Amino acid sequence: MSDTSKVDKTDGVVEGQTTVAPADDPTAAAVSVVDPRLLVREEGLKGYWTEFKRKVKGGEIGSLPVVLGLIVIWTIFQLKNDRFLSAENLSNISFYLSATGMIAIGLVFVLLLGEIDLSVGSVSGLASALFAVFVVNHSMNPWLGLILTVLIGVGIGMFHGWFFAKIGVPAFVVTLAGFLGWLGLMLWLLGSTGTINIPDTGPVHLLSQRSFFMDQAIIGAYLLAALGVASLLVGSLIEQRRRKAAGVPFRTNGEIALRVGLLAVAAFVAAYVLNSSNGVSNALVIFLVCLVIVDFVLRRTPFGRKVFAVGGGIEAARRAGINVSLVRISVFAIAGGFAAVGGMFFAGQTQSASLTSGGGNTLMLAIAAAVIGGTSLFGGRGSVWSALLGMLVIQSIQTGLDLLNMNTSIQYMITGAVLLGAVVIDSVSRKSQKAAGRA
Amino acid sequence: MVHVSATPVLALRGVSKRFGAVQALTDVELEVHAGEVVALVGDNGAGKSTLVKTVAGVHPIDEGVIEWDGKPVSINKPHDAQGLGVATVYQDLALCDNLDVVGNLYLGRELLRRGVIDEVTMEKNARELLSTLSIRIPSVRIPIASLSGGQRQVVAIARALIGDPKVVILDEPTAALGVEQTAQVLDLVERLRERNLAVILISHNMADVKAVADTVAVLRLGKNNGSFSVKDTSHEEIIAAITGATENAVTRRAGRRSAEAAK
Repeated sequence: MSDTSKVDKTDGVVEGQTTVAPADDPTAAAVSVVDPRLLVREEGLKGYWTEFKRKVKGGEIGSLPVVLGLIVIWTIFQLKNDRFLSAENLSNISFYLSATGMIAIGLVFVLLLGEIDLSVGSVSGLASALFAVFVVNHSMNPWLGLILTVLIGVGIGMFHGWFFAKIGVPAFVVTLAGFLGWLGLMLWLLGSTGTINIPDTGPVHLLSQRSFFMDQAIIGAYLLAALGVASLLVGSLIEQRRRKAAGVPFRTNGEIALRVGLLAVAAFVAAYVLNSSNGVSNALVIFLVCLVIVDFVLRRTPFGRKVFAVGGGIEAARRAGINVSLVRISVFAIAGGFAAVGGMFFAGQTQSASLTSGGGNTLMLAIAAAVIGGTSLFGGRGSVWSALLGMLVIQSIQTGLDLLNMNTSIQYMITGAVLLGAVVIDSVSRKSQKAAGRA
Repeated sequence: MVHVSATPVLALRGVSKRFGAVQALTDVELEVHAGEVVALVGDNGAGKSTLVKTVAGVHPIDEGVIEWDGKPVSINKPHDAQGLGVATVYQDLALCDNLDVVGNLYLGRELLRRGVIDEVTMEKNARELLSTLSIRIPSVRIPIASLSGGQRQVVAIARALIGDPKVVILDEPTAALGVEQTAQVLDLVERLRERNLAVILISHNMADVKAVADTVAVLRLGKNNGSFSVKDTSHEEIIAAITGATENAVTRRAGRRSAEAAK
């Protein structure tokens, strides 16, 4: 706690409650909870700016690297090829990011525990192969096939989690074994045919590039944007009222307006850009809905709190009565489930299951997305929104390199460098968090 | 002086505990009353931690009786102890660094409202609890990682109080703290007593013991070695009971002097 002298106002001062304790009377009977040395945000925009500067210094950079990264990447690619920032290309990015993004959602859970799941790429490939075998070879109803596939993904995740939580095998090794094993199973399933083409119906059509929200109605994109903005606004106002009533600090109207305003600008600009092309792909809509639900689960439910607690301190979690093994197994099950869903998205993109599904750098991209988005590899810190933010960066790079007709060799090298860069940022920010006493 | 109830909240009668070939506790007696601070002292290996763990339900006792409000009870798991109203603050505080103060206070027993964590009520209650204990921390929304050692200790103690316990066990709460932080924790112990809680305080620091405890129970080699009222016992007497050195250079000299004075 240094450089505290300048800041002396408190935000959310509540009537009838002392906020700043008299510094010369530490023995007063009912001193306020608030320490006079406290760093409090000043009111207004200046307060945000000083707090932001302090957080960056302390290593709490959150999504700052993403924003900077996006600006740099978009500028470079736009300079190299002026089709990069066209509505059509941006709409492509928004469609293709959803598949790996789904896998990244599951990975965020695993990373929050401070563990890693190396099998998600293989599991996603296996999922598309399984789905193809169910639907094409066994003429199963595609929706039933989808449910069965996702359940198998969940089961695979539980299998990994069980070895990790109950037997005590390091998650790294279990999922490395899974990485090979499930890849092998997929190759075996597709062995004789190689590639199975999946008919364009049901979920596969829904997730394909030709399926759009409200059939490309112009109003559709704006409706989605308005819905998002309105729910943030209403949610913030309800929370503000409850907090006022309970007498705890609350967000001021200005703060709420700022947050809602920022979201509104982002959402409506995105809606406008997507509308200038084809509209919002259903794959993206499903991805966004999943993000909202998962974010709610992580931040507002006891299960989410347990995930964070186990990631922050296993012993503390255990003593608080949390069933650590159960949390671990369920987190790996979630990762497996989302990997299978991601595999379905890939199947929708290509309308097929092939020997290369889920292979290549799928796994690396998903990990990179989660980490670039601001979820720490060291556990306990992060948010599912990093799956979206990180994928924006990753998919921009992929699409940009494709536009420039870069060789696969170059793509691999650049992806590797980006992953390393993301982990370096994470490690460095963790170091400075430690130095600033926040980790 | 503090009011002390007639029936002890918690009483151990002839408690024994063995680990394999080691007799960790032999016929130990201990009584704690509501509104009383009992300091449990003894050398390393005297059985303090084992005794505390039997009460906390970590190690079930082999022989003897644990009485709660005068009635015998059996404590076999930590859950039993928590159910009775025993809260234990271990030496390694076991807080989650990444969660904020509110999150840690309510970890494992979050308040729910329609199935969703009720952050507002939790924050309100946390602020009230901390301010009645005069605990001063920067904010209840700050991650534990950014608190000092003393602040973490008081948060850990406050956390024990969330479940409304009757007996609070503190395992060396001041061992790793500086002067000011120690004072804070000792103040907090006194406030627990004012709230009519029974407190068992394990400590190696005689100054702390003399400052806040009402009674000192000494363990030596797994047996009771005296129970003293802090007011009428000197530092040396307690040390002598801890080390078992009732006959040493100091006592001999003192004895000779008093004999000479008598002549």
